[in-house]
Amino acid sequence: MEYLWAFITGGIICVIGQLLLDGTKLTAPRILVIFVVSGVVLQALHLYEPLVDLAGNGATVPLPGFGYNLAKGAMEGAKKGFLEAVTGPITSTAAGVGIAITFGYIVSLIFTPKSPKR
Amino acid sequence: MVLQISEERNKEKEKQKKEIGKAYGKYAKQFTPRPKYFSNCVKAFISGGLICMAALAVQNRLEAMGLSQKDAGSFVTIGLIMIAQLLTGLGVFDVIAKYAGAGVIVPITGFANSMVAPAIEYKKEGPVLGVGSKLFTVAGPVLVCGISAATAVGIIYWFIEKF
Repeated sequence: MEYLWAFITGGIICVIGQLLLDGTKLTAPRILVIFVVSGVVLQALHLYEPLVDLAGNGATVPLPGFGYNLAKGAMEGAKKGFLEAVTGPITSTAAGVGIAITFGYIVSLIFTPKSPKR
Repeated sequence: MVLQISEERNKEKEKQKKEIGKAYGKYAKQFTPRPKYFSNCVKAFISGGLICMAALAVQNRLEAMGLSQKDAGSFVTIGLIMIAQLLTGLGVFDVIAKYAGAGVIVPITGFANSMVAPAIEYKKEGPVLGVGSKLFTVAGPVLVCGISAATAVGIIYWFIEKF
């Protein structure tokens, strides 16, 4: 059951992205920004947490989940004090961002550009 | 008087230009292929759902090994990012993205891909100003907007907590 909800939730979020890609003139980077910011806003209004409880990784793996993690860190930090509120967002996503930068840098240095096969 | 006439002429010219633009837009629309909304959505749904389901399976396995939910989540994210970046480096990600569309762009894999793809392209400009800066052509805006929004949320919540 858990897996079904993860599949459905993740799928629906991706379909929204596909509709934005096909139906509007928004470019991919803008769509990524929209997804992350909407995740932050939804979590700030306590609307994303129920979805995470229901679908688990189905809600945290898509990009709104990244925004959710940022906002969650900020909100948990805000209970402790000002500094924790400011450091919270980056702290809670540090693992992903750190690896993305380091590993991405290594990969980019190792591999040479390939023209996509058409 | 003369000024008025020239103004009117300008307006007319602009109008004509706009009409030509519109006509061209219509003309061009005939030849641009219409996106296949339904089949694209089905592909995105299935591929996105599968990625999330696989992530959940790994998460459950890690939790069964004794990791906390938060740590397991971090490891899953790290794993997805590394796989996506490696596939991008090998040139496989583009092939997958061609079929899956938003199904692999919306999950965190798309974020990882968006860092490596431009960085590889600009490799010739050197390891610092080429790869180093181009890593953030897409990730930069995402991180800037996301972190700014989250920090604002944190400060607002701190205010609410305080007063």
